Amino acid sequence: MTATLLAAKQPRAVPGLQAKGGTVIAGGTLAVAGLNYGDKIGNPLIIVDGLGLDRIEVKGKKATLGALVTMASIARDRRLKFLHPVANSIGGPAVRAMATIGGNLFAPAPYGDMAVALVALDAEVALHDGKAARKLPLETFLAQRKKLARAFVTGVSFALPEARDFRYTKIIRRKPVSASVVTIAALLPRKAGKIKSARIALGAMAPHAVRARKAELALEGKALDKMSIEAAAKVVAEGTAPADDAYATAWYRREIAPVHLKRLLGEAA
Amino acid sequence: MTKVAVQFTLNGQEQSEFIEGGSTLLAALRGKLGLYSTKAGCHQGTCGACTVIIDGEPRLSCLTLAERCTGKEVTTLEGLTSNGALHPLQQAFMEGFAAQCGFCTPGMILAAKTLLDRNPSPSRDDVIDAISGNICRCTGYEPIISAVLTAAEQLRGKKKNA
Amino acid sequence: MEYRKEYFSDARREDLTEVGVTRQRSDVLGHVTGKTQYYADRTFPGLLHLKMVRSPHHHARIKSIDISKALKVPGVVRILSAKDVPQNIYTILCLIQVEPNDEPVLAFDKVRYKGEQIAAVLAESEQAALAGVAKVKVAYEELPAVFDVEEALKPGAPLVNEYHGRNWFTYEGHHCRRVRFGNVEEGFAEADHVIEEMYQSSPIEHAPTETTGCIVVPDQNERYACYSNTQALYFTLDNSALILNSPFHKLRLIGGTVGGGFGGKVDVITEPIAFLSAMLTRRPVKYEYTREEEMQVSSPRAAERIYIKDGVTKDGRILARKVRLYVDAGAYSRHSPYGTTKAAAHMPGPYTIPHVWVDCHCVYTNRTPSSAMRGFGVTIGDFALEVQMDKLARLVGMDPMEFRILNAYRDGDMKAHRKEVQGAALVECVKAAADLAHWPIGERYKAMSSEKREA
Repeated sequence: MTATLLAAKQPRAVPGLQAKGGTVIAGGTLAVAGLNYGDKIGNPLIIVDGLGLDRIEVKGKKATLGALVTMASIARDRRLKFLHPVANSIGGPAVRAMATIGGNLFAPAPYGDMAVALVALDAEVALHDGKAARKLPLETFLAQRKKLARAFVTGVSFALPEARDFRYTKIIRRKPVSASVVTIAALLPRKAGKIKSARIALGAMAPHAVRARKAELALEGKALDKMSIEAAAKVVAEGTAPADDAYATAWYRREIAPVHLKRLLGEAA
Repeated sequence: MTKVAVQFTLNGQEQSEFIEGGSTLLAALRGKLGLYSTKAGCHQGTCGACTVIIDGEPRLSCLTLAERCTGKEVTTLEGLTSNGALHPLQQAFMEGFAAQCGFCTPGMILAAKTLLDRNPSPSRDDVIDAISGNICRCTGYEPIISAVLTAAEQLRGKKKNA
Repeated sequence: MEYRKEYFSDARREDLTEVGVTRQRSDVLGHVTGKTQYYADRTFPGLLHLKMVRSPHHHARIKSIDISKALKVPGVVRILSAKDVPQNIYTILCLIQVEPNDEPVLAFDKVRYKGEQIAAVLAESEQAALAGVAKVKVAYEELPAVFDVEEALKPGAPLVNEYHGRNWFTYEGHHCRRVRFGNVEEGFAEADHVIEEMYQSSPIEHAPTETTGCIVVPDQNERYACYSNTQALYFTLDNSALILNSPFHKLRLIGGTVGGGFGGKVDVITEPIAFLSAMLTRRPVKYEYTREEEMQVSSPRAAERIYIKDGVTKDGRILARKVRLYVDAGAYSRHSPYGTTKAAAHMPGPYTIPHVWVDCHCVYTNRTPSSAMRGFGVTIGDFALEVQMDKLARLVGMDPMEFRILNAYRDGDMKAHRKEVQGAALVECVKAAADLAHWPIGERYKAMSSEKREA
């Protein structure tokens, strides 16, 4: 196979290189698989190692992860213990050693489970558009993913939650590791026993991670109990657009999303 | 077709080769360096048959560009046997019937090795996680899990007696 | 390991030295050192890569194939289509007198399943071959397709395979394999209970870790060496020679360790076209299935639909069994006519039943052609039979183990296939299994044996 590798010298150079037909390659799980199958992957492959994007920084309650941080390094970092189940649900150890946060934001459904967790965490994406460095809410980025294809994602940041407020589940058919049938990440902060500003994100229920806004509304201001969970589960799949694929049909995904939301929220805090 | 020079340590020895730009480590190992133990099962990172060890971590050589291995230490199954002596993992796989067709075996053994190198006392769950990226269609995995646990025991025993 | 020497003790030999002894596999040292050689563990200078143009449609007429643009792709050396193949038809079962041959090596007038082979692009690199495949232009006229075995048998269903002229394989003038023994209607009339159940299975892909493939290398003296992971070297040799109109001795088949077969590497699909490619280019040629091809194109175990109607007495004896079994052969026969015969031979299971009626149909649909997989022709039938046995036991209020012991063959019983039972052992197997599982069975059943029916 032929492709040329080109090391970018700084983040601001990358969008221009992509505009000329190049593609960023982070871990390579998506790009090299595409090359292997003869997909049209842009040339050159833009290497973005050496730009310091593999660092995890935690300052107070804020975490900033460079785009090249791998799932394996997240799984090793004690400060991000609450994210370990998410990182460890992505591929086997070899995949986790190369799969990056940045790459995960571009992974198409049914992949992209870290992006689901980050949406629940209300993460911000840092990117460079060739002219200036910008920040965008991750949700906005995902919705505009195609339009922003030339921009270069340099990292994500989010506020560290109370460990007990963050929940995650990934439903798979083949244990211990497989692509998602449904992924659910939930952030349920509580104030005086009532849920405040719940965020529920779904994976494999749309082309990219999406919020389950109706389910969030059903929980807002309520205690996390059987009634509120039931109400949320009833509407969790509304507005989603799951696909048929080798792992599950859209119908099945819509059927089980409420079941697994109930189980996830029903777990003892 | 642009050729690119790559240089890395392979099974303890310096290797240099001219490879096609953008080709994978898997292609370099099998097509250029004459080492066939690393297998191609899917070319998309889902089967684990192409697993090698790079700087102590398990890596999928079918998704690793050869050029990005410059300066790294790569280990394939050929690098496990030293002076004809089998590594305890190889011995345990043999004695425990942990290989039938043998195609997943190189990847399995290397994935297991990365586990035992950093965790000499793995639990059964640790072993399952370590091989979770390696597909076996023949054994049903149980003999493999047992073999890894047996090898871990062997290695702990050896260390004690050393 | 436990020996159950109390069973068939008078027929047992005490001088066996291998049975029951753990012996190391002869190939495992190679496996754990990476020395075991699979077909692709070789490099040949000048190797060409074969990538196949495949039908995106389940059922369509081919109006035209235009390879002109593809030939211009840098690295593409040659493109083969139907007209290049000397005898463009697979011959798998004709070697055992099962005909007609019904599958082109490369499609020319029609495609009958999604993924069917149409044109072989040979190029200097995989990348160039894939680029070549993308540039081959095939014009299709889509046809209505049929995917269900019973739908395919209905009058007016789309005709899948013109070589048969109908959507089923004809067995010596009959539309299915048949077993007739006694009179099932009499049996049902006599029975206390009659139930009918339907069972079905989906196609099952073997998914071996090593995908199907071969490398053909021009050898000395106009011979061609083929390194293949086929499970059936002689099938490969014979079929390839017939397809290529070649004397057998010109083809040298080198097998070796198969990286997982399970019956999925018996169809001889890659070798003939690889041989032809090597012959026409005088270069080594590799044809390796991608994982996607292995999943979708390579043959799976046939899906089956089985109706079992049983008449049973209230004291648990099966009097009559009527079986309608449909094998989904997909678009082409491959080994399915043989597998369906095996299915018929396997019914009604290892039980003595006085009235048996079996129809096993080998049906063509626009699905991936199915073929062998562990317990070819028999495994799915067993699933259906044994679930049915459990249901019958529940129906008459009997323990399922005891129910099987009661109905099992005994030596000397006449089977529905008109063969006398010899060497039956089901009763003893059930007893031993029940014992190991601490599953209590009554003394009456413990006293039964396969050697003769109790009074």
